[in-house]
Amino acid sequence: MGGTGRSKRKQREKKLGSGLKDAAVLAGVLPQNGGIPVKNSRIQKTKKKDSAVKSEGKDHKKQMFDDNSSSESNASQDSEEFLSDKQNSEYESSVLDEDHEFTEDSDEGSDAENGVQSDIGSSESDEELDIELKSKKFEERLARESKAAQEELEMNARAAQEEFKLPAREHGRGGMDFDKIPESREHLQARIKSTLSVLSDFKRLRDVNIPRSEYIAQLESDLSECYGYLPSLTAKLMEIFPGGEVVELMEANEAPRPLTIRTNTLKTRRRDLAQALIARGMNLDPVGDWTKVGLVIYESQVPVGATPEYLAGMYMIQSASSFMPCTALAPKENERVLDMAAAPGGKSSYLAALMKNTGLLVANDLKKERLKALVANLHRMGVRNSIVCNYDGLELPKALGMFDRVLLDAPCSGTGIICHDHSVKGSRTDEDIAATVVLQKQLLTAAIDCVDASSSTGGYVVYSTCSILVDENEAVVDHVLQKRDVKIVSTGLPFGVPGFSRFREHRFHPNMIESRRFYPHVHNLDGFFVCKLKKLSNSTQPKHTNTSENVYEMNGSEMIKKETSKTSADKKKDR
Amino acid sequence: LFVFTLLLFRMKSDFELQLFSVKFAVFRLQKDRVYYVRESIMRAAISVARDKLAALGVCIGKFTHGGNFHLHITAVDIMGEYAKYKVWVRPSSEMSFLYGNHVLKAGLGRITEGTPQSQGVVVYNMNDVPLGFGVTARSAFDSRKSNPTDIVVLNQADIGVYLRNEDHNPASAL
Repeated sequence: MGGTGRSKRKQREKKLGSGLKDAAVLAGVLPQNGGIPVKNSRIQKTKKKDSAVKSEGKDHKKQMFDDNSSSESNASQDSEEFLSDKQNSEYESSVLDEDHEFTEDSDEGSDAENGVQSDIGSSESDEELDIELKSKKFEERLARESKAAQEELEMNARAAQEEFKLPAREHGRGGMDFDKIPESREHLQARIKSTLSVLSDFKRLRDVNIPRSEYIAQLESDLSECYGYLPSLTAKLMEIFPGGEVVELMEANEAPRPLTIRTNTLKTRRRDLAQALIARGMNLDPVGDWTKVGLVIYESQVPVGATPEYLAGMYMIQSASSFMPCTALAPKENERVLDMAAAPGGKSSYLAALMKNTGLLVANDLKKERLKALVANLHRMGVRNSIVCNYDGLELPKALGMFDRVLLDAPCSGTGIICHDHSVKGSRTDEDIAATVVLQKQLLTAAIDCVDASSSTGGYVVYSTCSILVDENEAVVDHVLQKRDVKIVSTGLPFGVPGFSRFREHRFHPNMIESRRFYPHVHNLDGFFVCKLKKLSNSTQPKHTNTSENVYEMNGSEMIKKETSKTSADKKKDR
Repeated sequence: LFVFTLLLFRMKSDFELQLFSVKFAVFRLQKDRVYYVRESIMRAAISVARDKLAALGVCIGKFTHGGNFHLHITAVDIMGEYAKYKVWVRPSSEMSFLYGNHVLKAGLGRITEGTPQSQGVVVYNMNDVPLGFGVTARSAFDSRKSNPTDIVVLNQADIGVYLRNEDHNPASAL
């Protein structure tokens, strides 16, 4: 045993006490407090210290173990089991180090101090090591967990993206699937958003296994279902509007455009009318800087279509887009002007107002039922220079002679006014649109034939539709450019998106950029297209194309769909 | 082509018909309807086939089988220019007149001096907007003395017709 000095005795008691306690814990008699497992390092070290004074080297350590009592040996065995392998090895190495320390210390001087110090040092370093071990373990665990979490996140994202691929694969693409459970609008919109985001940064966000075409097909079917469009129509719109703009367009189509009226300058001025209507209880404003006759009605206490001012013909309820073709045509006073598809008369009455009731305005419409409304509107608005007639537009060139200006607001698919008439979304198939296009081409050709190219003040045709599809707009104008001697001129409109001179595989005349397109989501107007043409000569031969080819084309495409009354006109064209 | 210099106006016997022969204004008859239209326009309208012409210029009215002439509301602007006797209606009963009701004394704002009884008049609102045609139930002098609820002008035609009779607009000849 150690020395018999007072300090020595104290140490011994201390150590024994702690050692006993630890031994008791290890033996299982005392419960362990705290999480950190009791190591018998202290025990061993105390013993070791005692023996270290005497002995040197590792062998002595082992001997120490062996020399110790059975409990201690048991304890050591337990401790070995208790500690992990790593810790064991560390412990052993540290113990070895301490052995050296011990030996050094013991070499140096007093046992007590050295022992104590070394003991404390060893225990502290041991504890640090333990804590270090634990913290290392903890950190490793953390690192592993975070890595796993990240992988999981990525996996989830992938899975989420893969999720909305599944419906496409299961049910096939295009057309309506009636077995499918209808998904909620929010769900569809969320999926649309995520598809769009993938498409916007395709390289980075895509799933490698899924081709781009599948994403696009999925987007198409989601948009069709979410907003109620025919898939063929959605496909056409997606061709025109890139990326997320289609969604903006469809969203804008869901809500109606603000109600606008046009002041009838034949009877009143905008200022006076605004005052009168405000006195009636309407909340209104001028439409914008670009028009002197437009007023937008925000809210009204009286029905806008039934005020005495309306009945007296002081204004016309008309969408602001419809001002465009009339201002583009810009008829002058004392001209002969034709409106080929005039009912119900909003544009005709505007033309008459621009002409100040001079000259001649012929307002024509094919449908008799709509003529009544046209006549009523013209009378109400105080138009005195009009003739209303009931011709098929295709017959007009022969029937009525030549005009200075012609306005053709052609019958169209109505894709620009979906906000007013939602049935368009579900009813305009590709065949419908193709049939309308044929009619539009014929009508525009006839309109050009009605114009006198040698007119001193005019010679203009304005073609307008309430559609945003390229088939009905630029394609029709381009077709006619090859049939007649006309050229596209500037509309003179203050704003609007320029028409397309190129679209997918089509190449139109470069002047097509002079035409104007209006969109609900950009201008807050109804979708519209306006193009102004100037007739260069009265010849019915086109400028640049081969004559024989032309004749063949006309024979092939136009003769089929004709009524008999048209044959003479055909011959005229062929000549 | 028919040019009218004399027409029977049951309602408006006091109209000076010479007023109508303004230099280049002409009447055109189309299916018993009379249209008031500038001569140049009328000439242009000749080329329009008879069965395809719906209207031209301003429809004044139409002849009935009995030979009467019914003046149509669409002529109210033109008539207003030439009418000798006018009645102005107060805002309070303006809407009532537009619904087809007669004008009461309470709603009478102004009346041309010396209007006799049973006289065809043009009815205006206080902003000089023409509202329609009427016939006086009593003379201007008498209506000053009448009770507020007495009818002073009988409603013959008013512009509310544009909303009431949208389908049966008589101005269109087709």
